[in-house]
Amino acid sequence: MSAATLTRRGFIAASLMAGGGLLFDLAVPMAQAADGTPVILNAFIRILPDNRVIIGAKNAEIGQGTKTMLPMLIAEELDVDWTQVTVEQTHADVKIFGGQSAGGSRTTAREWLPTRQAGAAARAMLVAAAAAQWGVSADTLTTASGRVTDPQSGKSVAYAALAAAAAKLSAPDPATLKLKDPARFSIIGQSIGGVDTPAIVAGKPLFGIDFKLPDMLYAVLETCPAFGGTFKSANLDAVRALPGIAHVLTIKGDGTPESGFDGVAILAKSWWTANQARETLKVEWDDSAVTGFSTQGYATQAATRAKGKADADILRTGNIDAAFASAGKVVAADYRYPFLAHATLEPQNCTALFKDGAIEIWAPTQNPESGRGLVATALNLPPEKIRINFSRIGGGFGRRLMNDYMVQASLVAAQVPGVPVKLLFTRADDMRRDFYRPAGWHGFRAALDKGGALIAFHDHFITFAKDGKPVRSAELSPGELPAGLVDTVLLEQSFLSTNMPTGWLRAPGSNALAFVYQAFLDEIAAAAGKDLPTLMLELLSKAAQVNQGANRPPLVTARAKGVIEKALTMGDWANRKALPKGQGKGFAFYYSHAGYFAEVLEVEVADGVPKVKNVWVAGDVGSQIINPINALHQVQGSVIEGLGQALAGQAITQVAGAIEQANFDTHPLQRIPDTPVIHVEFVKTDYPPTGLGEPALPPVIPALVNAIHAATGKRIRSLPVTAEMLA
Amino acid sequence: MAISLTVNGKKRQVEGDPAKPLLWVLREDLDLVGTKFGCGAGLCGACTVHVDGQAVRSCQTLLGDVKDAAITTIEGAAVTDVGKRVAASWIAQDVPQCGYCQAGQIMSATALLSQTPKPTDEDIDAAMMGNLCRCSTYVRIRAAIKAAAA
Repeated sequence: MSAATLTRRGFIAASLMAGGGLLFDLAVPMAQAADGTPVILNAFIRILPDNRVIIGAKNAEIGQGTKTMLPMLIAEELDVDWTQVTVEQTHADVKIFGGQSAGGSRTTAREWLPTRQAGAAARAMLVAAAAAQWGVSADTLTTASGRVTDPQSGKSVAYAALAAAAAKLSAPDPATLKLKDPARFSIIGQSIGGVDTPAIVAGKPLFGIDFKLPDMLYAVLETCPAFGGTFKSANLDAVRALPGIAHVLTIKGDGTPESGFDGVAILAKSWWTANQARETLKVEWDDSAVTGFSTQGYATQAATRAKGKADADILRTGNIDAAFASAGKVVAADYRYPFLAHATLEPQNCTALFKDGAIEIWAPTQNPESGRGLVATALNLPPEKIRINFSRIGGGFGRRLMNDYMVQASLVAAQVPGVPVKLLFTRADDMRRDFYRPAGWHGFRAALDKGGALIAFHDHFITFAKDGKPVRSAELSPGELPAGLVDTVLLEQSFLSTNMPTGWLRAPGSNALAFVYQAFLDEIAAAAGKDLPTLMLELLSKAAQVNQGANRPPLVTARAKGVIEKALTMGDWANRKALPKGQGKGFAFYYSHAGYFAEVLEVEVADGVPKVKNVWVAGDVGSQIINPINALHQVQGSVIEGLGQALAGQAITQVAGAIEQANFDTHPLQRIPDTPVIHVEFVKTDYPPTGLGEPALPPVIPALVNAIHAATGKRIRSLPVTAEMLA
Repeated sequence: MAISLTVNGKKRQVEGDPAKPLLWVLREDLDLVGTKFGCGAGLCGACTVHVDGQAVRSCQTLLGDVKDAAITTIEGAAVTDVGKRVAASWIAQDVPQCGYCQAGQIMSATALLSQTPKPTDEDIDAAMMGNLCRCSTYVRIRAAIKAAAA
């Protein structure tokens, strides 16, 4: 399809396809995105002569279900049956498709209105064509199953038969389009299986790693084990002399992890052959500037910093010293959590072909436009000389918001013009070249008055920063509860430096902050002689909203209370004390990514080993669950992933600037026997729907540690949970 | 050297190093990319195939060791009665999220049901715990195996 020309008022073109089909090329600039950013939607819809409909899916599919969900929105308003629809993945082009990043659980909120308008616009043009043909008013006509019907005359015509006429019509103004009453939805709200599920089950080549081009070479890349080390020398000729090796070359990084570091690439017709040659490769790196960084060093520095004055305030309200001086009771505890890897099961990879001053890329990426910018800079190419194709992605979790592998593959491919190159990381490369969830330390204090009311809250957060600002995913929001609900609050931070690249791991920030805040609030509740949900409901009654800072929707306390009350009922919280010895229930609430989630978790601890038996999840993501089966799957996956972060033994550690872990033996994931029964219900509220890839994850970790406390009396204040903590 | 294999019922000849893992022979030499590379160390199960009916990790199985063996990959799994039931069940339960591990999951599940037609939860745990799912589709994997067994 051709690129659409955007105008301020929007542009919809319909054109006749060869063979008589109809192509809608829709560009609808919208300003209604929930996060306030202007959005341009451009979907494409093709109606084939046999009345089948092809709908383009514009965002990367990482297992979050967007490839099914977005076309559902179009099909609903176009008024076709889902059985008529075939979904195709588009390539990456913001000018044609609008925003295509898959992150932050933002897609649903961003696309809910404009994507439905895209379907409605196409429908309106087809109805107008039929009305003209029959000489009746468009208002009198109805649509269903890809047909326009005139109830008066009984005439009915397939969309495909209207193609020629509709192609000549001008587009409607999106503002004039009437969207369906949700009571009439026939696709939205139905459980629809993933559009690629049959192909996955048949083992079809869908993923980036599966993509092949004729005469393609495979590349492996050696980089300095300590992040930021630079290339000095290597026995490149010795590696070149090995059988089957096509090229050995070096690439130069720009010193930032986003663009990749210095590396030595080995290219061969077989990836296995190329990777075997790494045993021969000997590289000398200059890593003198980065070998001083270590997990042990961070811990020592954090302990020192915790005792001193903080570097900066995040939020200071009321007189903190006076409040603590007047306290009837003070609760204090130190919490911490480790670095984590993403460990997507499909290792990072990217295929690139550089030819005639342009590059074509086949990338499993969550954020293609960011990659385009990085490649443009690295190769000194204009962005329009870079074409980026999507593949299905074997797990995102935020790892593929970074495009280091895209830059590296491009730098290699540019040195062998005309030869397609697929760069593929080993598991160890993948684990040791990640953008890690940063570790953090929290020194908490809370002041209660004589009646047990929380009057002051203090967190000294030790985090990682560069140039005086927290690094990616190491921030703490001034809206972190109980901030906004307690008069006197001090949130302050101190900074450590690291050479480890940091990044967004599913529910970034929240996956760690929910643990420490909701676990410490459980301690506060206990000190006040109440339970955590009671404390939360009391606090949430103090304001209608809590501001979450720029670009984040405020927390609406009524919605929070709604899911808390629901989860307590689902999890039979009132009778939790009836559980036998060694068992307990824990609770947590967390708001992230515009989603409200309360969870009750039941654990049994025997011989120091916690076994999670049940998790009850109540969530509020607005008025409509678009695809209920996928919503359930997202929540199940979030819960188990969160439990893995706490229980599987995950912690990325560093010695002399380099990562110690290399594979799933040392950075384990949950396995099938670890799976609890997960009960999920959604509370519907009158807010536009928001995303579900992330917000169910954060509360499960504090619900777990709070349950462990209920079962054993032991507080878990650091992750991962170890047998020693429960001995 | 030339090594002959039977893959999904077809005789195939491969010119290659007998030390090359079967995973890479399938993916690179035979263009059967449904079998996935996840860890290269037998820790994740994404590369699971059947060798003479047994579920094995193809990243740990060398070409030279499977000479004359009958190999079944995901591309040839939905041929037997059990394989068809597993595939249908996986689709009915909509098991996959990202889908990357599912070829390995299906191969392990098919081997399990071929040997244990009515597996208990413990049987399922034992047969499937070598297969990681990073998206944590374990609830549906268990349900799909039970539905395929019924």
